[in-house]
Amino acid sequence: MPSEITIRINGVDVSVLQGTTVAVAMTASGDACRRSVSGEPRGALCGMGICFECRAVINGCPHVRSCQILCEPGMDVRTDG
Amino acid sequence: MDSGSRKQFEVLVVGGGPAGIAAAVSAAEHGAQVGIVDDNLNLGGQIWRGDARYRVPESAAWEERLQRAGVTVLPGMRVFHQPGARMLLAERDGATRELSYGKLILATGARERFLAFPGWTLPDVMGAGGLQAMVKSGLPIRGKRVVVAGTGPLLLAVAAYLHKHGAEIPVICEQASWGRLAGFAAGLIGSPAKIAQALQLKRDLSEIPLSANSWPVAAHGSERVESVTVVRGGKLETITCDYLACGFHLVPNTELAILLGCTTRSGYVSVDENQQTSVADVYCAGEPTGIAGIDGSLVEGQIAGLSASGRAVEAKALLSERQKTRRFAARMERAFRLRQELKGLPDAETVICRCEDVRYSRLQQCGSWRAAKLHTRCGMGPCQGRVCGPATQFLFGWTPESVRPPIFPARVESLACIPGGAKPQT
Repeated sequence: MPSEITIRINGVDVSVLQGTTVAVAMTASGDACRRSVSGEPRGALCGMGICFECRAVINGCPHVRSCQILCEPGMDVRTDG
Repeated sequence: MDSGSRKQFEVLVVGGGPAGIAAAVSAAEHGAQVGIVDDNLNLGGQIWRGDARYRVPESAAWEERLQRAGVTVLPGMRVFHQPGARMLLAERDGATRELSYGKLILATGARERFLAFPGWTLPDVMGAGGLQAMVKSGLPIRGKRVVVAGTGPLLLAVAAYLHKHGAEIPVICEQASWGRLAGFAAGLIGSPAKIAQALQLKRDLSEIPLSANSWPVAAHGSERVESVTVVRGGKLETITCDYLACGFHLVPNTELAILLGCTTRSGYVSVDENQQTSVADVYCAGEPTGIAGIDGSLVEGQIAGLSASGRAVEAKALLSERQKTRRFAARMERAFRLRQELKGLPDAETVICRCEDVRYSRLQQCGSWRAAKLHTRCGMGPCQGRVCGPATQFLFGWTPESVRPPIFPARVESLACIPGGAKPQT
């Protein structure tokens, strides 16, 4: 069984199993991944790095496709990028 | 760029799904020095995603051969440009890498086709393959209620997978008619492996209702999807759900092939019987040459790998198998052709281009893909039309034009490597 790790999404601690992608952590925690240019909530669509709907600010780096990044302990994720 | 960021291969394979793995193995087992690059964290593509964890025998056997053959695996690396002959630029962890090659094999796979309907942009409305990829990446699905909708054999495979992992599937809505589905199933006679797969799938799906002539017309919710209205047997029905998994078969990823100048026909990369494209020393295998599924990918990958490593005779021995997979592709295309009613799904306010929030009513005023780009920014966002392109092609008959580098948004530092200075995208 993989061990649990904690990341921070918009300042809130979220526990996930090791091997979980950031997009999954955001989806499971109930947060939208981002707001669209007209302010609509959006979440992951394609799950494979094509659509860019799950992009987020990860450890300060903007526009990262969160479906292609594994959660790491202490990772800081922001959806307001 | 330091020397560590430059790599040279006799054969370079772009794409680490079944076609790419088969190509790399076939070339390397015959002595070529081979590299395989993929933008995902692990090889396996979409169909074998996460299979290493579950030790699925077929993928495990191929990946073992890949290791034994000494193929250099470069995961998490995204190719975005060709700056000169026999060379590609890729990005990994924000750094640019230069990949040189003698022969290049494109095995860039396919993506789901998404069609727009009111509410399709709500969070937790995902592709069918999209939701499966998320579950394979750790999304808890046990006890969740998932409506599966759209078209194509992927719907059944995804429904079976989700059900096996504890999801409740109230219905699978398949837009194709029973007649088309029956014709497709009958066409499997003569390929025992496919019939065995279909029978297994039927057992896996025995508790899940499958509706033909059925499709989603609207998803409802405020911050996320809460229910979906579908047409089922001519009647509207609203079903509560936690997720809507919705995809309309597949479209090929041809951007890199087009960037390299490869000729395409009807949206697919043209290849000869050696999988050679119109560009010298560039081969293409798998879904970009026609959506034929895993069997087609494996056989075309092998042919490409053998051809690229000078084993034309061995490649030829696989041609009859390739004929079979091509016929299967043609049958799939016929069976899952989109019905015209789906063109009526978006209303005036439905977003078609999700990157730029371009709505249907604005696109109705445009006469072409180019005009839409110029006047509405449709297709100009980070996905570069990969989602709205196929949708507008279906809705309006528009065909996207040439592809320009970078084919994926790249960092400013990487763009400095493009002569002529492509503009950075945000």
